[in-house]
Parts: sequence; C-alpha cells; structure tokens
Amino acid sequence: MLKSLAPIPVSREIPAVSIRDAVFPAPFASGLEYSPPARGAWNIVHTGMLIPESHQIFICARGCLRGVILTAAEMCAMDRMSWTAIDEQDFLGDGLERSVLEGCTHILQKMQKKPRCVLVFFSCVQLFAGVDIPALMEELKRRFPEVDFVDCYMHPTMRKSGLTPDQKMRVQLFDALRPLPIRPRTAAWIGNNLATAQNTESVDFLHAHNWELRDLPDCRTYDEYLKLAEAELLLTTLPAARPAGEILAERLNRMHLHLGLTYHPEEIRKNMTILAEALHAPAPDLEKEEAAAEKALAEAKKVLQGMPISIDYTATPRPAGLARLLVEKGFSVERLYLDAMVPEEEPHFRWLQANAPTIQILPTVHPFMRFAPRAKTALAIGQKAAYFDETPHFVNMIEGGGLYGFRGIAELAKLLIRAEQEKKAVEQTIRRKGLGCESCLL
Amino acid sequence: MKNCAKILSIYASDTAGVCSMLYELGGMTIVHDASGCNSTYATHDEPRWYSKPAMVYISALTEMDVIMGNDAKLLEDAARAAKELHPRFIALCGSPMPCMTGVDFPALAAELEAETGIPVLGLQTNGIGSYITGAGKALKMYLERFARLDVQKNPRLSVNLLGATPLDFSGSRQIGAIKEVIRQSGFELQSCMAMDSSPEELRDCGKAHVNLVLSASGLPAATYLKETFGIPFAAGVPYGEKFAEKLFRDLRKSAEDGQDRISCADRPAPEKEKCLAIIGESIGAASLAAASEESAKIFVPQALGPIFLQEQDSVFADEDEIEILSGKAGAILADPMYQPVIPAGTVFHALPHEAFSGRCYREMIPVLTGKNRESGVQLC
Repeated sequence: MLKSLAPIPVSREIPAVSIRDAVFPAPFASGLEYSPPARGAWNIVHTGMLIPESHQIFICARGCLRGVILTAAEMCAMDRMSWTAIDEQDFLGDGLERSVLEGCTHILQKMQKKPRCVLVFFSCVQLFAGVDIPALMEELKRRFPEVDFVDCYMHPTMRKSGLTPDQKMRVQLFDALRPLPIRPRTAAWIGNNLATAQNTESVDFLHAHNWELRDLPDCRTYDEYLKLAEAELLLTTLPAARPAGEILAERLNRMHLHLGLTYHPEEIRKNMTILAEALHAPAPDLEKEEAAAEKALAEAKKVLQGMPISIDYTATPRPAGLARLLVEKGFSVERLYLDAMVPEEEPHFRWLQANAPTIQILPTVHPFMRFAPRAKTALAIGQKAAYFDETPHFVNMIEGGGLYGFRGIAELAKLLIRAEQEKKAVEQTIRRKGLGCESCLL
Repeated sequence: MKNCAKILSIYASDTAGVCSMLYELGGMTIVHDASGCNSTYATHDEPRWYSKPAMVYISALTEMDVIMGNDAKLLEDAARAAKELHPRFIALCGSPMPCMTGVDFPALAAELEAETGIPVLGLQTNGIGSYITGAGKALKMYLERFARLDVQKNPRLSVNLLGATPLDFSGSRQIGAIKEVIRQSGFELQSCMAMDSSPEELRDCGKAHVNLVLSASGLPAATYLKETFGIPFAAGVPYGEKFAEKLFRDLRKSAEDGQDRISCADRPAPEKEKCLAIIGESIGAASLAAASEESAKIFVPQALGPIFLQEQDSVFADEDEIEILSGKAGAILADPMYQPVIPAGTVFHALPHEAFSGRCYREMIPVLTGKNRESGVQLC
C-alpha cells in the first residue's frame, strides 16, 4: 500500500451545485482540469479500430503519441498502429509536411501486405501551422493507389470550435465509403462504437418490414465496411454521431434519421413515428413494450429500496434524461456527474430543476474533485460515478450501453438490480481502456 | 527513418517526466495543454494516480486562447486553484502548442509567483522531449529553489538517491529494495529524489556526503549539487550483489575523495560481438550489463539522451536501427514491446520498462536488487 508522504492540506469544499441553481448547459466555469482514473470511455484509437483491416498512423509530438500508442498496445493491436514523431526541427520550412509524407511512406513500404485502409491522424500542430492536409492525402493516394487513406484528427485544442474530436472521428470513420448502388430496404446505424442491441423495438420494426440492418461494430471485413454505403437509410442515435449521419447522408445522397437515444416515453414514441413515416408504414403500438419497461423499473425499485443513485455522463450522453425517468419512477437519484450537457437534455434538465431540485451536479474534471470526499453509499451508473462515490455497486456502461427504446430501459432496470446484488472491483474494472475492447490488463 | 515506427512503442514525454518527478512533493503541477497530456500521464505513466492523490492538472488550453495568446487564463485558473488547494509550490510546463507559439514559462512563473506568493517553477518543456529531460529539469529546478544552503553535514555517511521515478522504477517495491540495500551497506539515506521521500528530506539534501545517480534524469541534479554543495556522485543502480558491492565501494571512495564515479560504465568489453545486449535508459541498462553474469553491452535510444556509453555500446535512432543492431547481438534483454522488431533467431529476454510500455506489463516488473531479488535476469 502506498503511503502519503507529503500530506496536502486541501479544501474540503465539494464543487457541487444543486440542479435548482445550476446553469445549462455548462454548470461549472472552465479552469484547470483533473483526469479521474476511469478509462472505459472510448478514444479515437478505439473508434478507428472499428474499420476492419485498417491501419492507423499518427503524426504528432511524443507526448500526444504516447497515449494513443499505448491505447493500441493495451487492446493488443500494435500491429495496426504506427507513428511518426514531430520534433522541433519540423516546425521549420516544410518539416511538418515532410514528416507526414516521408513517415507514412516509410511505414507503408515496410509492410509486406498493405492495409486496405490507412487512417492518418493529424494533430493540433499541423492544423495551426496551416498544413495543406488535402494535398498531402492526395499525394499519399498517388503513392499507394491500392490503399484508401482517410484523414483523421487528434486536435483537442479545437474541441470548443466546431465539431469535437469525438464527433469528427465519427464523421471520418465513414469517409472511406464510396457511393454504391442502393440496396433497397437496407439501413445502417452510423457512429455507434458499440453495436446496437438486436432486440430493440426499432430493430424489430425494421425487420418486420423486411429491412436489413447493418452496423459498423458488426463488420468483420473491409468489404463489409464498404457495403455500409449500400444502405438506403442511415440511422443515428447518439448526439456525438449525429454529424456523421448528416454528412454521410449528404455525401451519398441518402436519407438520414436521427432517432436520438432517450429515456422519455414520448420521445421514444416520437422516434418510432419518425422511423415509421420514413418506411411508409404505420407506427407500431408500443404499449406492451412500455408496460414491460415500467414493470422492470418497478422491480428494480423494489430491489434498490431507496438506495441513492448517481449517474455520470460517460454512462449515457443523456444523464439528465435518465435521471428524470428514474425520479419519475420513484428512484432516489442524488448526484449527476457531468461537466456539460448536450442541447437535447434541456427539457429534462428543466424538469429536474422543478421536480427534483436537490439533485446535486458535480463536475468530473474540476481540480478539487481530486480530493473530494466520497459518498460511499450510492449505486452508480457509470465508471466515473463509481469512482467518485467509491462504490462497488455500479452499472458498468458507456455511451448508453447500446440499450435503446423501451426494451433498452427494461434491460437497464435489470442492470440496476444486478449492480445492487453484485460487487465489482472498482479500480480493476475502471482502469481498462475502451469498455468492450480487448485489454491486456488483468 | 528517424522518429518513425511501424510497430514499436514510444518513451514517455518530458511533461510526464516533470509530473512524475514532482508528484510526491506537495506541489501543483500544471501542464499547459488542451487535453491529452494529463490522461496519458495518469493512465500510462503514473502508478500512483489511483491511490496517492497529487495535484497534477492540465490548463485545458483552447484554440482561442492559443490564437489570442491568452496566457492570463492559465494564470488566473492556477491562482484560483492554488488559493483553495494550498500547494507547497506550483510548477508550470508546456506541451507542443505552447512550444509552437513560444510561451515563456519562466516569465509566467514569475508573474504567478508575484500574484500568489507561492513559489512557482517555470519549466520550458514541449511534449517533444523525453521523460529523461523533463524529470531532470524538474528535479534540478526544484533543488535550485528549495535545497537549504545552510545545512551541516550529517555526522554519519549519508547519501541522496537521484533520478528515481516510477517511469524507471515502477512502484515502490523496486525503490524500497534499493533503499534497503543501501542502508544495509552502512549508509544513511538522506533522501530519495523523488519517491517515498518527504519534501523536508529533499530540502536538506546538502547534509549528504555523496549522491547515487540512479538514472539519467538524476544527472542535472547531481551536477547542481556538486557545484553548490560539493557533493560528488556515483552513477549506477545496485542490481545484483557483486555490482551493488562495487557501487557502494565507489560511493564510499567518492565521499572520501570528492571525485565522481561512473560505476555503471566500469564494464569489461565483451569478447565477442554476439553477446547479450540490453536495451534501455543509459544508467539502468549499463548497471544491468555490469551486473549480468555474462558479458553484455547496451543499446540506448537516441531519444533518451545516451550518457556514459562504452566502446561496445550503441545508440539507435529508430526502429530500423535497433532491428539491425539486434541482429548482431547474441541475445536481447529489453522491454517486451521491443520483441516485434528483434530478428527471429535472436534470443529475447523480457524486462518491462514502464517508461516504454506503460502499465501493460507493470505486474511483471521484477525486483532486481538485494538478496530477495526476483527471477527474470541472471545477475551475479
């Protein structure tokens, strides 16, 4: 056990705010940031690896390379990861351009079998220097015509200007798709890191109308990936994936529907209506599914017996919406861990302000959170909530867990029961990067 | 091609070195960076992150702050956090974007210190250099600022350990074993810079008679302590028994005659080229070579700033060069992440190095010091 040798006199003040007094969408002022040790959320490396038979080449400084290289190492995918390190000399003349061209060329020339697709990752440095990325990509395509090159970005400095790095990655993930003839009655989920659950009512509905569904996490070959472009209809559910769906739909001239992940019955029904209209079919009656979800939640409520619940933003991009559902069904939601909310959360945030004003919102990156006293009693939904609450009772879930619609809610209710009944080793569980990916860590 | 790899990992950066070296000293270390530096460091380079809290943060730099040269936000945020968290000192260091825009960290440090009244170290890092340079700069600057000049020598023969971070020594077990053998050999331990020692022990480092430089990141501090306090050093890690005995003899001699001794460089040249080759940080690898049962040479990555090399040793700039060098060795002892570039037919022995493979093999890192050392390397 490590001992603290330099006791640090820290503030005991928790930087929490009651939801009643919180500002939407960002309740906390920006400042220095801490990095809590919950690593289940995916990063750009995990997402890029979804393209089968692809290879990643990062061109950036050592400090930036280290995290992505070891992400690949921990997911046992170093054979799909290469890099070129920028040094200070590269800032001069055409050094940044040369590091891309010479680095990628050298790496690819060393490969006996060329990858089908190479994701070339640029960083903040090249963007600030005004490097002509399209020209570089053209030159790479000229040198290796048998390879599809996709420009990708690790540019956190620009995270508050335009698309976030996460959104941009999901956009570029489909950049290698080329127009193909439409395969009628084929739809594709776009931008999901985790495969969408097969048993959702929307999947059933599509199948019932003889639609085939494709999803990148299910693709096993590059050709299967390319055939996503045959889809007639593109579907997104996550806020971070919406730009990917919109941009791809425009490029391929396809229909795109954003059926946003939600926990609110009216919005679930509205999504189904939108889908049904697109399919020119009557919307199905979801009464049975809704009743089943309510029954599952009632069962979970009975098991949890008023146990305080905390939810973090990595478990679902709609923490306020989920909190509202749980509050409405009689659960005791006490804490939300988030630093900002997506626009879709506003009506649920306002509802909570009016109906559950004592819920506390806590930041995850605020410097004081490094020393914040832990609640220790809660059932947590999400790894960061589990860490901050120091509770072994948690739902280990990211990005909504692929759970969708009323059946997704019913499944989530079962996960709540399991979290109450089973303890998880917090540190060992949350230290692994990219929940759902292979990990070399024990 | 230099700075390029098809499959190899990369060593930790200078910012990680700064954070690692200052971690236990009660300060607040701020990397002026947008996002990744802290999570990379906390995830892959810092085994103490979960169980031993320290104030290591990023400034959360944004595009507009970079374009507008808005350093004031960093200073305001740092001052606000320091007011509540009461660090003993603040360290500011930079990542690639501040390097590109020419942020002057010593100047920012002076401004922040004037504002807060808290000592501030301004470290001109850039996320491009290796952990060796960052850790080395950080320790030297810390001592320049905090080492007490008005100390009396310890009446007992005492030693400072320089250049100890988890990047080279992982968790506390390795450093614990080193401390134990030093004490068993009759030395009093003044400080270990900077693992498992208090800021007060470092502050009083001038009491020591001699320094033991455990890694290249300890060398700038050793030079400073020599110039300021006249404390000589010996360089090496007490691996095995025979080499540890030699190292401790050298330490005693240095304490007596004031001369520096590069103990780890005192190795016979192997009789044949196809001998064991050890890849790693200069002092650690050389110490293993010196302690090895069979004669050995070392291969040091250019990025780690090779020092104290002997004729038989080599420096490599990239993946291609280490592949060629390894083909000429009889066997290789290195981090497991080097294995993919070691030619088939060359015997490979794995010895994980946290600065290279992060936490991938952390549990496999053996203790190689003292009588209870663990298997993994044949040492005499």
